[in-house]
Amino acid sequence: MKSNKFGYLIREGFKSIVTHGFMSFATVTIIVACLVIMGSFTLIAVNVASMLDDLESENEMIAYVEETLTEEEARALQSEIEYISNVSSCEFVTREEAMEEFASQYDDDSLFEDVDSSVFRHRFIIYLNDISLMEDTKDAVEDITGIAKVSAYLEVAEGFVTVRNVMSAVSLVLIVVLVVVCVFIMSNTVKLATYSRRDEIAIMKMVGASNWFIRFPFVVEGLVLGLLGGLLAYFLEWGIYDVVANRIMSGLMGSLLSVVSFSAMSLYVLVIYLAVGLVVGVFGSSVAIRNYLQV
Amino acid sequence: MVRFDEVSMVYPGGDTKAIDDMSFTIHDGEFVFLVGPSGSGKTSVIKLITGEVSACGGDLNVNGFDLRHIRRNKLPALRRTIGVIFQDFRLIEDKTVFENVAFAMHVVGASNRDIRRRVPYVLDLVGLAGREKRYPREISGGEQQRVAVARAIVNSPKLLIADEPTGNLDPARSLELMLLMDRINEMGTTVLVVTHEKELVNSFSKRVVAIEEGRVISDGMDGYYSYEIE
Repeated sequence: MKSNKFGYLIREGFKSIVTHGFMSFATVTIIVACLVIMGSFTLIAVNVASMLDDLESENEMIAYVEETLTEEEARALQSEIEYISNVSSCEFVTREEAMEEFASQYDDDSLFEDVDSSVFRHRFIIYLNDISLMEDTKDAVEDITGIAKVSAYLEVAEGFVTVRNVMSAVSLVLIVVLVVVCVFIMSNTVKLATYSRRDEIAIMKMVGASNWFIRFPFVVEGLVLGLLGGLLAYFLEWGIYDVVANRIMSGLMGSLLSVVSFSAMSLYVLVIYLAVGLVVGVFGSSVAIRNYLQV
Repeated sequence: MVRFDEVSMVYPGGDTKAIDDMSFTIHDGEFVFLVGPSGSGKTSVIKLITGEVSACGGDLNVNGFDLRHIRRNKLPALRRTIGVIFQDFRLIEDKTVFENVAFAMHVVGASNRDIRRRVPYVLDLVGLAGREKRYPREISGGEQQRVAVARAIVNSPKLLIADEPTGNLDPARSLELMLLMDRINEMGTTVLVVTHEKELVNSFSKRVVAIEEGRVISDGMDGYYSYEIE
């Protein structure tokens, strides 16, 4: 391709954004609106998942060691427990520490002054990677010689798993529906913008323009508008997210909920917004003008 | 050169022939009027020549392109040998007079230098010097049609086709336009004017091909448009 032809086509694409100002504005606005709607919902889902993660990680199992084992023998079991694949970490608690902790829960510690710590057992506090496998892990820990008993809140774990599964399914369905609706709206906007220029395309064909010569400025236009829409949506999303997150954190809910900071996700959001804007802009416009090129 | 040899054409979905065994030849450098009533097939002839529709029978050759066997990707090359002018001018509204004409040169990959030199020359030729920066809506109908002529001839096509070019013009502007076409023909371009304006045809002594129901019914060199339009 000759460079002056290439330059001309790029210039034509940019010029067309200005000359069809209203349609450009409408296209960018629709892309921004759709991305922010899709993005906001996805970010809510990400936050809910992160809160579930936090809550799940607090869900622990306690493995009690046989009374016959000495502290050294008991401590030696740690490596065996940690060897189990679903165990993320485990912490040894001596019977003395256990008693202290137990006593500290009561206002009057003197009640327990005469109690010998030997009524408590050495124990391990075990944290898991995946609480849906809690029952299997419990069995595995119980199979270790030297472990007398494992206590685990299986019902709570099951509850979390159910909540997570429902949450994943609902957000997946909603996000897919939103994406389909938004892509439909965005591509129709691009189509509409192209429809208003079908006469122009017919004239181009008449003077002998090849298909790519006609398509190229449209693709440049779609690319620029798509990227612009993606970028604007990113900044708008950032602003909205920060405002909402600050409100939550400074309000009553702040102590209960932890909001994922936007900066932790900003790169993903930016890349995804730009990619969606680009794909919709470029493919939307080149597919939309295909019909008018068949002359 | 345009050669129709027993050409037939049916529109997709239609059952009657829009063009029925039509034969005629236009040699290089000729000036020909194609006349006939509405629905006689005049527009179909233009669409066949520009490759917008395909013939279903016969042989059709335009400027060396065999249109019975042409590939779609060769159509732009064919169209660059033809300039077309329409009744409704078909200018791009958001381009200036200069840009509308220059656009046709960009399509064929002309350099910016050539464009800057050639476009003013052609605009001067059609009497539009000084109108370069105007937009189509800012000039008269006669001037718009001359922009269309400038765009059609800027790449020096072998064949210039005018489809009812005077339909939107008053008689004085129509005559001016036809004189311009005659001048372009004298410069070596083959000209085919499709019209049903008897007065205009008769004021020029040119070859007249008359068609009806997709067939040639007369082809005379005397320039006399004898066919009566209802």
